[in-house]
Amino acid sequence: MSELLALIPALPFAGFLILALAGRRLPRPAVAAIGSGSVGLSALLSMFIAAAFLTSPPSGQAYTQTLGTWISAGGLDFAFSLRLDALSLLMALVITVVGFLIHLYATEYMQDDEGYSRFFSYLNLFIGAMLILVLADNLLLLYLGWEGVGLCSYLLIGFWYRDPANGRAARKAFISTRIGDTAFAVGLFLLVTNLGTLDIPVIASLASQRFPAGSPLAVAVAALLLGGALGKSAQLPLQVWLPDAMAGPTPVSALIHAATMVTAGVYLIARMHALFLLAPVVQHAVAIIGALTLLLAGAAALAQWDLKRVLAYSTISQIGYMFLALGAGAWSAAMFHFLTHAFFKALLFLGAGVIINAQHHEQDMYRMGGLRRELPLTFWTFLIGSASLSALPFVTAGFYSKDLILRDVWASPGGGVWLWLGGLVGAFLTTLYTFRMLFLVFFGERRIVVTKRPGLRMELPLVVLAVLASVGGFLELPGVLGNFRPFDLFLGSVLPTTAVFKESTSTEWLLLGATEVVQAAGIVLAFVVWLRRGPFIEMLSANVLVEKIRYLLSTGWGFDFLYEKLLINPFLWISRVNRNDVIDDLYTGISRVAYGLNSLLSRAQDGRVRWYAAGIGLGAVFLLGRAIFR
Amino acid sequence: MILLWLIIVPLIAGPAAWAFGRGANSLSRWISLLALAVDGVLVLSLWQTAPAPGSSWIAELRLAWIPQLGIGLHLAADGLSLVLVSLTIVLGLASVLCSWKEIGERVGFFHFNLLWILSGILGVFLSLDLFLFYVFWELMLIPMYFLINIWGHENRVAASYKFFLFTQAGGLLMLLSILSLASVHQAETGILTFDYALLKTTSLGPAASLLVMLGFFAAFAVKLPVVPFHTWLPDAHTEAPTAGSVILAGLLLKTGAYGLLRFVIPLFPAASAAFAPAAAALAALGILYGAVVAFGQRDLKRLVAYTSVSHMGFVLLGAFAGSAAAQSGAVMQMVAHGISTGALFIIVGLLQERLHTRDMERMGGFWSLAPRLSALGLVFCLASLGLPGFANFVAEFLVLAGSFPAHTAAVSVSAAGLVLAAVYSLRVVQRVFHGTAAVPMLPDLDARETLVLALLAVAILWLGLQPGLILHPLSPAMDGLSASGVLAGLIK
Repeated sequence: MSELLALIPALPFAGFLILALAGRRLPRPAVAAIGSGSVGLSALLSMFIAAAFLTSPPSGQAYTQTLGTWISAGGLDFAFSLRLDALSLLMALVITVVGFLIHLYATEYMQDDEGYSRFFSYLNLFIGAMLILVLADNLLLLYLGWEGVGLCSYLLIGFWYRDPANGRAARKAFISTRIGDTAFAVGLFLLVTNLGTLDIPVIASLASQRFPAGSPLAVAVAALLLGGALGKSAQLPLQVWLPDAMAGPTPVSALIHAATMVTAGVYLIARMHALFLLAPVVQHAVAIIGALTLLLAGAAALAQWDLKRVLAYSTISQIGYMFLALGAGAWSAAMFHFLTHAFFKALLFLGAGVIINAQHHEQDMYRMGGLRRELPLTFWTFLIGSASLSALPFVTAGFYSKDLILRDVWASPGGGVWLWLGGLVGAFLTTLYTFRMLFLVFFGERRIVVTKRPGLRMELPLVVLAVLASVGGFLELPGVLGNFRPFDLFLGSVLPTTAVFKESTSTEWLLLGATEVVQAAGIVLAFVVWLRRGPFIEMLSANVLVEKIRYLLSTGWGFDFLYEKLLINPFLWISRVNRNDVIDDLYTGISRVAYGLNSLLSRAQDGRVRWYAAGIGLGAVFLLGRAIFR
Repeated sequence: MILLWLIIVPLIAGPAAWAFGRGANSLSRWISLLALAVDGVLVLSLWQTAPAPGSSWIAELRLAWIPQLGIGLHLAADGLSLVLVSLTIVLGLASVLCSWKEIGERVGFFHFNLLWILSGILGVFLSLDLFLFYVFWELMLIPMYFLINIWGHENRVAASYKFFLFTQAGGLLMLLSILSLASVHQAETGILTFDYALLKTTSLGPAASLLVMLGFFAAFAVKLPVVPFHTWLPDAHTEAPTAGSVILAGLLLKTGAYGLLRFVIPLFPAASAAFAPAAAALAALGILYGAVVAFGQRDLKRLVAYTSVSHMGFVLLGAFAGSAAAQSGAVMQMVAHGISTGALFIIVGLLQERLHTRDMERMGGFWSLAPRLSALGLVFCLASLGLPGFANFVAEFLVLAGSFPAHTAAVSVSAAGLVLAAVYSLRVVQRVFHGTAAVPMLPDLDARETLVLALLAVAILWLGLQPGLILHPLSPAMDGLSASGVLAGLIK
């Protein structure tokens, strides 16, 4: 089984190579077949390996494969080595299966685009790099995948390259994440210096010996890795790039900016949990950053008019939940939410793609409405996705994962009532913005004529994802609803189990009840404010203060403004005033002085005899004077 | 003898290309290609040779030259020389190919200069006699002056003067240092010699050692270049013809780096160790300063030139880190930068040939007009920003990780250069390849141009995934360098 590991990323890489080198000469159906087929095969292979993994677990709970040396110099050795354990298996399955569904959807969505083969080559490259990221056995190879997905994100956000705005969004994404990546890289230097290796299992075992818990070194390493995670996963303060990343085609938003790449930070922290456990300060910071992010992004989602930007802020907010869980030590709860989020958020983005395509690329929700009857299948699947995102009880996947996070945060010593409260308010905000979106798009009066209806290749992924977004949660049932916990058990070979966080049945019911109350409040409020719109609401929304708050939220709390003033403008100013390189002035100065002396002295030889005579006379007087008056 | 032939073949081919090229321009081009191909075959045979056990030298040649003054024709190659000699031949071939259409005047004399520069560079990489080294150092200077002065762009005359004066000033300081080192050695032992192996044993006092070391450092710092001695570079690179820029960036800068690794550190280990913190600070300054100034440029060629300043900072940092990993990284950076920046200069040259401008304000949207050119341009921009998978990443990672123990602060500051590299590289991608088409049409690459750029792209990717190709033959020399030098111990 181990020998097959490399084939999982190799298939999409092969697809990339074929499409990049020959794609422009291939007919579209061939491009579609190669592009989605390579990922489909990779998904089948992952499922095959998963079956083997579950039926006869390998020794050490992992398959490993070493393909050869990568970098070896001066005592440092880094290999192309892959490792598939329960955590990477989960990630690989999501990447390939959800990835395949999105590829299939895209074969129809991008049908008329001139860059058809370029699109699928980038998308395949992304899947390959993402698989390297999760299968890497050492952090340097992980970093290769990490930067690789960043590149693909850049290329795909700016896919429609003719519009400079898309290019700006793409660069913003790449540079913001690279700031985090640079912190990550310095963390790697620190690890190499102190442990002499970047092999993940070795780090986990050596770190606890070399770094005392809470020591400055442990804190520094964990904080630097966290920097990388914050950039990639769009958490405070590096979240600014994700809303703009919506400039890319919608399948890209679904695949990269919802289901897979943006959760790489969550994966990194879970993967390196041994280091974070040695730095409790940093782990606590993870929880606080997660809570703040989920609140700020949830509030910002309320004031967006662009359908995709609502979903983008929602993604930031939901990843905030994952960070909250990681920080509270609820490792498997974070990964569980990653799984359900991948289903329902991909579903919502793909639904949004249908809606946008159906109305001549209209993304403004206030110009939509009444699409319930026009696009029934999209409506029902979107409804399922929304219910799952809002974590409505019992038949949605999101309910089980979010409930698990809230319960674990309450019960964990790394959590507490304040963090739980943050999560609870977040649940209210989530329901509010989700149903606002649902009401604005699908209910009310119809405003735009639907011109394009989805075909089979777009509808099939919607249906499959809707099923997964409903039943995907049954992998882990809370204590009061059957206490069925195979997911936690499955990840138990990699991550510390969370079964230790025990609460009494009455507390669990109470926590559950609190969540349901705020959700109901959210739905009712959304209904009153955005669907019924009574006179009181009209009056309120005309209020100046409300208008100002709405503006602040719509800009995502003004972070862009702040960064522009503090970072971007000073940099632009310096590079502008120093365009001609001030250091060169020094050398120009030297040559000017030389020229000046030259012109001064050359006057002494301008050929005028009377000057010469005067010079001789003066010189004679001077010399005589010296001789006489010495 | 192979070592001598490597230098002699282009030295003879140069006048031949000039003489036979009078009637037929393409004859001198073919002569140059042939000479470099012969050198390529010669160097391939060296790759097959393993160093003798206990030594890092793969091949060595000692002939008498001026025995009265202790000057010998002492040539030798270890892994370091081998890698750089190979880079010289590859980029030499690339520069002949990329000048095929660009150079139409005085073609014979152009190729004469080109071949003599290459011969000088090969000599620099192979000499183990300090006097001989100095001769080759000057040999590459004068033909390069002509290359810029005759075939350059608008401000070629001023740029060529500036190039000559800067390099010559550094070179004279080095000559003083060479002479004083030899005379101290003569006073100590009674033997007048310029031989590397013998001079290495000279014992100088700390102050004298630092002074003599700084003389060498001055020459190499100008060539590398180290900020603030870099201002000849943007002018020279921008004004030179494409082949000149490729050779300047790809090879001439590397002679400075080579000098640091071959002479400054082994000859003056203690002084180098004392100087290392200052060198690391200069390196960090250069990395950031070059990147910021690069971002501000409108002239695409000038932008690429300033990125060289930034990239060479990594070489300086790695050279003075005292660890084999960092020094291997520095050499890797020389190769990676030689390929990626050389390729970028070729692309700028192709654009200038087609558009008659280097101003980025007048470019844009080339992806829709010339997809092959743009895709390759994107590849080299990504290499230049140090994306993993390209050789540049291997180099920067080894330099930074290897220098971290010795120069923690400088490495942490330099790491910001990784962000700035993305900032300027993506600006190029946006301004040139993305956006709306700025011109009605742009011919895509022809077969010759595609061949050159595609081969360079494959090379930089291949070295990024299989860097062992360079790191492995390099390792005896680098291990010897970091172990024999007291540098590592002193820094720690």
